[in-house]
Amino acid sequence: MSMRLPTGGRLTDRSYRMEFTFNGKRMTGYAGDTLASALLANDQLLMGRSFKYHRPRGPVASGAEEPNALVNLGKGDRFEPNQRATTTELFNGLTATSQNHWPSLEADIGALNTHLSRVLPAGFYYKMFMYPRAFWKHVYEPFIRQSAGLGKAPDAESRDADSYEHFYHFTDVLVVGGGVAGLMAAKTAAQSGAKVLLLEQSAHWGGRAPVDGGTIGGQSPEDWTDATLAELQAMPNVTLRSRTMGAGVYDHGYALGYERLTDHAPEAPGPRHRLWRIRAKQIVTATGAIERPLSFAGNDIPGVMLASAMRDYLVNWGVSIGDRTVVVTNNDDAYRTAIALKKAGLDVPAIIDARSYGGGALMAEARAMGIRVEQGRGVAKVLGGKRVTGVAVCNQLGEGAVLDEIACDAVAMSGGWSPVVHLWSHCGGKLDWDEAGAFFRPRAGAAPTDADGKPFVSVAGAADGHMTLAGLLQDAAETGAAAATAAGFDAAQTVAPEAEEVAEKPLEPVWLMPQGARYDLRMKAWLDYQNDVKVSDVQLAAREGYESVEHTKRYTTLGMATDQGKLSNINGLATLSNALGESIPQVGTTTFRPPYTPISMGAIAGEAHGALFQPVRQTPIHAWHEENGAHWEPVGQWRRPYCYPKGEEDHAQAVIREVKAVRQSLGLLDASTLGKIIVKGPDAGRFLDMLYTNMMSTLKPGKCRYGLMCSENGFLIDDGVVARIDEDTFLCHTTTGGAESIHAHMEEWLQTEWWDWQVYTANVTEQFAQIAVVGPKARMLLEKLGGMNVSKEALPFMAWKDGTLGGFPVRVYRISFSGELSYEIATPAGHGRALWDLLCARGAEWNITPYGTEALHVLRAEKGFIMIGDETDGTVIPQDLGLNWAISKKKVDYLGKRAQAWPHMTDPARWKLVGLLTEDSSVLPEGAYAVADGTNANGQRNTQGRVTSTYFSPTLGRGIAMGLVLNGPDRMGEVIEFTHIEGFTVPARIVDPVFYDPEGEKQNV
Amino acid sequence: MLTLKCPYCGVQAEETELHAGGEAHLTRFGPDSSDDDFETYLFTRENPKGVHFERWRHSHGCGKWFHAARCTMTLEVFGTYPAQTTEPPQDIRDAITAKRPGWTWREFS
Repeated sequence: MSMRLPTGGRLTDRSYRMEFTFNGKRMTGYAGDTLASALLANDQLLMGRSFKYHRPRGPVASGAEEPNALVNLGKGDRFEPNQRATTTELFNGLTATSQNHWPSLEADIGALNTHLSRVLPAGFYYKMFMYPRAFWKHVYEPFIRQSAGLGKAPDAESRDADSYEHFYHFTDVLVVGGGVAGLMAAKTAAQSGAKVLLLEQSAHWGGRAPVDGGTIGGQSPEDWTDATLAELQAMPNVTLRSRTMGAGVYDHGYALGYERLTDHAPEAPGPRHRLWRIRAKQIVTATGAIERPLSFAGNDIPGVMLASAMRDYLVNWGVSIGDRTVVVTNNDDAYRTAIALKKAGLDVPAIIDARSYGGGALMAEARAMGIRVEQGRGVAKVLGGKRVTGVAVCNQLGEGAVLDEIACDAVAMSGGWSPVVHLWSHCGGKLDWDEAGAFFRPRAGAAPTDADGKPFVSVAGAADGHMTLAGLLQDAAETGAAAATAAGFDAAQTVAPEAEEVAEKPLEPVWLMPQGARYDLRMKAWLDYQNDVKVSDVQLAAREGYESVEHTKRYTTLGMATDQGKLSNINGLATLSNALGESIPQVGTTTFRPPYTPISMGAIAGEAHGALFQPVRQTPIHAWHEENGAHWEPVGQWRRPYCYPKGEEDHAQAVIREVKAVRQSLGLLDASTLGKIIVKGPDAGRFLDMLYTNMMSTLKPGKCRYGLMCSENGFLIDDGVVARIDEDTFLCHTTTGGAESIHAHMEEWLQTEWWDWQVYTANVTEQFAQIAVVGPKARMLLEKLGGMNVSKEALPFMAWKDGTLGGFPVRVYRISFSGELSYEIATPAGHGRALWDLLCARGAEWNITPYGTEALHVLRAEKGFIMIGDETDGTVIPQDLGLNWAISKKKVDYLGKRAQAWPHMTDPARWKLVGLLTEDSSVLPEGAYAVADGTNANGQRNTQGRVTSTYFSPTLGRGIAMGLVLNGPDRMGEVIEFTHIEGFTVPARIVDPVFYDPEGEKQNV
Repeated sequence: MLTLKCPYCGVQAEETELHAGGEAHLTRFGPDSSDDDFETYLFTRENPKGVHFERWRHSHGCGKWFHAARCTMTLEVFGTYPAQTTEPPQDIRDAITAKRPGWTWREFS
């Protein structure tokens, strides 16, 4: 059984007990435990089930590379699936549950899959779910949905209870990794005076050197770490952050750090995670190395673990995985585990070394301690089900004939070490295959380059392939100094402290154990634990023609699990290269993509959620709308009142009341959101002639003109009323959503095409409140306010005038988007609310009625006025909308003119705007298509038009619509059929789009 | 994420402050142009692996459009310059030649 030993555990504090639960069972651990070490201390070796075969699994690693020990963590709003037990720090009250099983972790029905594994090989999904076609919807899809996902998705109604933040940081040198190499590199860089940021993903400094032993400058690695850390902390130019992972390296020295502030202390105040957005002149990655598993049958049975991880659990947390541990290795390092176990009083029945030549001094030490060492041997298979019971030993060079069986309850394996090259590779750093070490290491001179074309990433220590303590410290010292020099500092030549450790014999690459393993053994030899990819699957993919490592990855799902192949990558591609008969560097690696390990969505979002997701723009009259029960409609970032329901009214009833009030008496609209752009200068008229389809330069000061704006592609992008203020000055109204984009459009042309024209523009949208006073009584109200002459003669239709109304400074435009007598009154934003209040008070005698955007839409549709975004969708030109009257024939050029001459733009078969009246007065469905005879090449019904706007018209007491119809204007009176979502069609008659007051008499009084 | 120096305000701007505007140094063809010229102006773009000229706007800064000469493969930036020009200035061309001898891009070299 796995258990806590009476002594030991350099990271745990046995004076502080912590309580937690796993699958509802109460357990205890110590401060400093990870969830994994605490579970192991409670003999909970079984922590989860694998994805495909539901194999029982325990932890195989002790850190970020762990593929098996994934749990659901927390409850309610703090529930999170797929959390690695090995990197989860224990806290009092932690609740965890295991994943991917039913009904329980111990007895899982899905484990039947493991007996079906012969018929569930690589590519099973692609082969199985193709036929028969009808099975997809009713059999395959429900099955796949049922089995998809490892952890449980959080409840859809829950909301993240924590806060997150982004943090911007600029530094000369960023060092990622707080092991001895990272500390050494940070120190030599900082001694030059450079600003240094050092990140460590775990809560502890020193990496694995304190576990592995040796001496640095005569001190133990632990003491050296403490001393160096103290030195760094005393330097004002150094920032240190533990629990902060270097997540990714990006262009031009950009890097992301992922700081976990309160995961280990959920009750602590402040944000839970912090995303560091770092710009560094130089980045040093000192990310260490990860041990590789060996591929032998049963290497996934709980109790089989990386030799280094078993050493970590023993030394760091005082936890033993078993009483009798067999060590399997192809290198000397695993002997350290055997020796440590033996020293802790545990039994090591045998070390099985695949190398016929055996190991060096460490082997001699192990033998001297009485440990049996078998050279040139391998594990044929591991015995046991939910827990190791023994190993069958064979010749490494054979096919798996069993020589001996050794009873044990744990297996420590080591296939050698792979440098963590992820961060080096994120931004394009190249790799070389190191034959001696059997790993990929960063290629010298092939670093990612910055804006100046100079390398900005370097690698220090084991991540650079330096696997001895002395070698990695010297490399780190030099790399840190070089980074500071590259960042513009004068780093002194630094010599690393003397380091000593036991010399090792070289490893022998072992990609399969035994090297000629039979099929029944190969199909139990796991490469990717989480996604259940075995040696036999990769070999099958190679036989089926998958030669590229990227294709094989996707076909077999090797390395596609949440651990992203940290353990399986090298073993998998070595297996592939053997199957293809190519060398490993020829096959190459898959692409390393950030983040290094998964980071929370909350950290990515930072503060941008809820009310802070995006700014809400409010007009000066916003508060009045809110006080008076407005139902809001988001329009871009603005909130506009959709309608103002009164009493028991629903929205439809409110809209009807508002429309009728405008038509019969007096309405009031907050039009402040309309874009207002001042265009000024001697060439302003010439410029607007290019921007609008109609002639603006001939507009007289004091007058207004409706204009259309097209893109260079010819399509209608915006419309609005232009007022000429004086000879040099125009005020262009844009749509609410278009103010910023049209202003940018103007600036783009002015700056990049007509930069010699004397024009400047200013977006003054928010400087003015604008209120539309609309309806037959509009003039009477303004006259009652007094201050300026608003008579027909003094202020005719399509004119504007400055003056005062009720004491407010105003600019009054006689323009109408409703077809009624209408004044749009602009006043400096600060006066907006007071003017609105005055209009409401003085207009009471005419039952003045504020109306919202829906009434505005109905009013304009009754008049056949188009709306950008309804009648247009980026493929509509003004000519489609019957707006030829607003397109100048005289102008030589305007944006869109050339494109509108394309043959397909002048094609008479383009759908054109008409009005539509249903035969039964009903409202046509939005976006409905008009059907035509026959079907197209795909067997779909042919179409001949579509609805662009459709409303109930209170004025006409029936449904009205506009739409684009083939040859529409020539088919007045014809009845065509429109689709309805219920499956039938609705007949509608083609009519003129102006439903109300076609002569325009009402607006021109 | 790229950083580009805005030639107007001198800020070393991060990509989030900038708006990419596609290929630089396009010649506008208007109403009397041939279909081929107009099509080329609207739709035909370079797609080089190497030296490229682009338009950028310092949209969350000074609002000015500028041009950037950079390498699409290594993201090396050779220089930025104001947009009020029809061709890359000589100092920019020299800077590119120093790093990428023999470069060509459209009619420029």
